[in-house]
Amino acid sequence: MTIAVNTEETGKKIEEAIPGSVVSSDKGSLTVDSKALAKVSDFLKNTPGLEFDYLTVLTAVDYLDYFEVIYRLVSLKNNQSLILKTRVSGRENPAVPSVTDTWRAAYYQEREIFDLLGIKFEGHPDLRRLLLWEGFNGHPLRRDYL
Amino acid sequence: MTLLDQFQLILKTAGWPDWAVYLTPALVGILLIILVVLTVVIVFIWWERRLISRFQIRLGPNRCGPEGILQPIATAIKILLKEDIVPEKADKLIHFIAPIVVFVPILLIFAVMPVGENAIFVDLNVGIIYVIAISSISVIGIFMAAWASGNKYSYISGIRSIAQMVSYEIPVVLSIVGIALVTGSFSMLKIVEAQSIPFILLQPLGFLIFFLGSLAEMNRSPFDLLEADSEIVAGYHIEYSGMKFAMFYLGEYGVALAYAGIITTLFLGGWKGPLLPPIIWFLVKVMMVFSVIVWIRSTLPRFRVDQLMSFAWKAMLPMAVINLIVIAIEVLVIPASLQWVMLILNLGFAAVLILLWSKLFTLGGGRVEV
Amino acid sequence: MPIKTEQFYLNVGPQHPSTHGVFRLRLSLDGEVVTDVEPIIGYLHRGIEKLAESRTYTQIIPLTDRLDYLASMTDNVAYCLAVEKLAGIKVPERAEYIRVIFSELMRISSHMMAVGFYLNDCGAFFTPVLYMWREREKILDLFDMVCGQRLLYNYMRVGGVSQDIPDEFIPAAKKFVAEMPQYIGEYNQLIKQNEIFLARSKGVGILPKETAINIGASGPVLRASGVKWDIRKMDPYSIYDRFDFEVPTGDAGDCYDRYWVRMQEMTQSLRIIEQAMNQMSVKGPVCSDVPQFFRPPPGETYGYIEAPKGNLGFYIVSDGSIAPYRLHIYPPTLINITALKDMMIGWKVADLIIIFGSMDVVLGEIDR
Repeated sequence: MTIAVNTEETGKKIEEAIPGSVVSSDKGSLTVDSKALAKVSDFLKNTPGLEFDYLTVLTAVDYLDYFEVIYRLVSLKNNQSLILKTRVSGRENPAVPSVTDTWRAAYYQEREIFDLLGIKFEGHPDLRRLLLWEGFNGHPLRRDYL
Repeated sequence: MTLLDQFQLILKTAGWPDWAVYLTPALVGILLIILVVLTVVIVFIWWERRLISRFQIRLGPNRCGPEGILQPIATAIKILLKEDIVPEKADKLIHFIAPIVVFVPILLIFAVMPVGENAIFVDLNVGIIYVIAISSISVIGIFMAAWASGNKYSYISGIRSIAQMVSYEIPVVLSIVGIALVTGSFSMLKIVEAQSIPFILLQPLGFLIFFLGSLAEMNRSPFDLLEADSEIVAGYHIEYSGMKFAMFYLGEYGVALAYAGIITTLFLGGWKGPLLPPIIWFLVKVMMVFSVIVWIRSTLPRFRVDQLMSFAWKAMLPMAVINLIVIAIEVLVIPASLQWVMLILNLGFAAVLILLWSKLFTLGGGRVEV
Repeated sequence: MPIKTEQFYLNVGPQHPSTHGVFRLRLSLDGEVVTDVEPIIGYLHRGIEKLAESRTYTQIIPLTDRLDYLASMTDNVAYCLAVEKLAGIKVPERAEYIRVIFSELMRISSHMMAVGFYLNDCGAFFTPVLYMWREREKILDLFDMVCGQRLLYNYMRVGGVSQDIPDEFIPAAKKFVAEMPQYIGEYNQLIKQNEIFLARSKGVGILPKETAINIGASGPVLRASGVKWDIRKMDPYSIYDRFDFEVPTGDAGDCYDRYWVRMQEMTQSLRIIEQAMNQMSVKGPVCSDVPQFFRPPPGETYGYIEAPKGNLGFYIVSDGSIAPYRLHIYPPTLINITALKDMMIGWKVADLIIIFGSMDVVLGEIDR
C-alpha cells in the first residue's frame, strides 16, 4: 500500500534543513512557502529516506483571496506519498518557482495551469498556452471568469 | 509468323493499298489491347477487394450487382464525376502530364506479351529488355507527380521513389539475364517455347529475386512506402482527384497485370498447358500470380526506407550475382538434354544461399529468442 | 564533398490517418531524419473541468465518459472512487465485483484497439485490426447486454453501479473467457515473430528507466521501461488485493516492449475476470443509498486507478455544496507524451508514426 507519510515529521525534517520554509503541516498535507519551493523540492528528491522521485498531480485551486498550487509526490522505492502545497496571493501576476528541473513531469502541467488559471511559473523553459489558442484573452478556470 | 503478320498477309492478298495494310492491323491491335487491358484491370480490382476481404474475415463488396461485380464500375464512375482540383502552388504543366507519363508505358508493355501460340502484337527479338526499359519510364512520371504537386508529403514520397525504383532494377535485370542464358535469346516467344520444364523449378532463386523486385517496382506491399497511408497520406498522388487520379489507380492495377503476365511468361511457362485453350491457361496463371501478390499485401507490414535499401543492395544484389554466375557455369558445363540435373543443382544452391543470408543479414532489431 | 542540405518543416497535421485523433506534430526534418519535434494540442478542448463546477456529482459522470472514449468504464470508476473517498461512502460487495469485471473487460478491449492500430501504423493494412475487432465485438456485446451502450457507458454511479447484471451475462462472460486465450495465442503466432514487424519496432523509440520516472510516465509505457509499478498491486483500491495476478514488465523500453507488455496484460486480465466471477456469489444491492443532490463534507481528496492507458486520477475539492468546487483530471497520456522529444529525435519519419502509435494516446484525455 502506498502510505501517506506523516506530514508533521516530514515537516520537522524540512524545517531543520531549510529553516523558515514550512507554513503548516497538519491536515494530511504539507504547506511550504513559495519562495523556498526550489530548495524544498531538491531536498525531498535527494534525501535518503524520503526520495520522492515521481511527481504525479500538479494542480491549482482558485480560492478567491489566494491561489493554492498542489503537488502530489510519490516515492517508488519506499512506496510512500506526500501532498505538498504552496500559496500565492494576488490576482494580477501570481508567480511561483517552477519545479521542471527537478521533476520533468511538471512540464505540461505547469503550462496548463498558466493557460487556464494565469499563474506564472518562473524558470519554466517554455511557458505558453497549452490548450487554448495563442491570443486568447483571460484565464477561463478562474472563479471570476464568467 | 505472329497473328498480326498473318492478318497483314490476308489484307495484302485482298488487294488493299500498302499504307492500309500496314495501318489497319496495327490500329485493330492497339484497340484490342486497350480494351482487354481495361477490362481485365476492372476484374482485378474486383478480385483484389473480394480476396483481401476474405483475408480480413469480412465479405467485401457484394451489394452492387451479383457478388459485387459492378462495384469497380461504380468506383470508376464516381472517380470520373469528381471535381478536378489543382493546387495553387503546383507546377501546372507537369502536374497535368505526370499521370500520362505514368500510365502510357504500362500499356506499351502489353505489346510483347504472348497470350497464345504466336499470338503476340510484335515479336521483338529484344523482348524482355524492351519491357524493362519501358517500365522504367514510369519512375520519371511518379517523380514528376511528386515534385509538381507542391506538397511536402509528396516531396518525401518522390525522394523515396527514385531511390527505391532505381535500386530494385538491378537484381531484376540480373535474374532476367539468367533466363536468357538458358534460353539463348531475349524474345518472349522463344522464352515460352524453351520452357519444357517451367523456369520456376529450374531457377527458383531467380524467380524469388524477380518476384520481390517486381513487387518493389509496382510499389505494392511490403514495399509500398511511396503511398504509405499511415505516414505520408497517399504520397505522390495526394493532390490528384478526378480523372488524373483514375489514371494512377488504373495504372497501379495495370502494372500489376503487366508484371503478373511477365512472371507467367518467364517463369511459369506462359500459355503452355494440357487440355484447355492457351489463352485460358494464361489467364489462370496470371490470376494465380496476382492472388499471391494480394495475399502478401494483406499480411505483411511495410518496410522503412533505409531497411528497403539495405535489403536491395546487401541481400538481393549479391544473391542475384551469385545466381547468375552459377547458371552461367551450369549452361557451359551441362548439355541441354540433362536439364533435370540443372534443376536439382539449382534447388540446392537456392536453399543454401537463402539459409546463409538469413543468418548473416538482419534488417534491424534482430530475432526474438523464444 | 558533403552535399548541402537544408531543413524543412513538416506538419503532421491535425487531420492525419495516423495521429489517432486531432493531434498536431510540428517537425523539422533534414531529409528523412527528424531534428526537432513539437506537439501542439488543444483541438479537442471542451472545458470539462470548468463544466464540472456547475453540475452535481452525478451529472458529471457522463462528462467523464468522454475523456478516454475508448475505455469509458474505467473513467467512470476512477471518478466514482474519488467521490466515494471524499464522502466516505461504502460500496456494496456485489458492486465491487461487478466493477472489477467491467474494468478488466475494458482493459482487454482498449489494449486490443491499441495493438491493432499500432500494427496498422506499421503498415499491415487493417488485417490485424479486423482480427482483434472480432473479439472486441464480443466484449461490446457483453456491455450492450448490461447497459445498452457500446461505447460511452455511463454505467457507474457514486456508491456502486447503476443497475444489476442480467442473468445471461455470467454464462456469456464465462464463454468469452474460456475461448479468449486461444485467440490471444493466434495473435501472438501471427505477429510476434514477423521479421518486418521486429525490424520496425525493436530498438526503436527507447525510453530509458530514469527518464520514464522523471517525466512521471505511467501504465504500460512505464512498465515497458522496466519499472514494476502497477497501482493494482502497489496501492490496491477496491478489492484488487483479493486476486492473484502478475505484472508484466519489459526491459528495453522500446516499441516492441510496449506492445508485448500490452499483450501480456490481456492474459492477466482474463485471470482476474475468471477469479472475480468465481468469487462473486453474493446477491445483494448494487448501489448504496446516495441522495440525488448529495453534499459531501468540505475537504479535498485524490482518487486514482490503474486505467488501461496509465494512472488516471481525479483531484476533487469540495466546499459542502451539491457541485464540486474544483475538479482536476490527471491524464496519463498527456504526461506520457512529455518524452516524445527524447524518443523521436534522430529517427526517421516512418519511425515517428510508430513511436507515437506505441504510446497509445487518446485525444479526449489529453485535451479534456
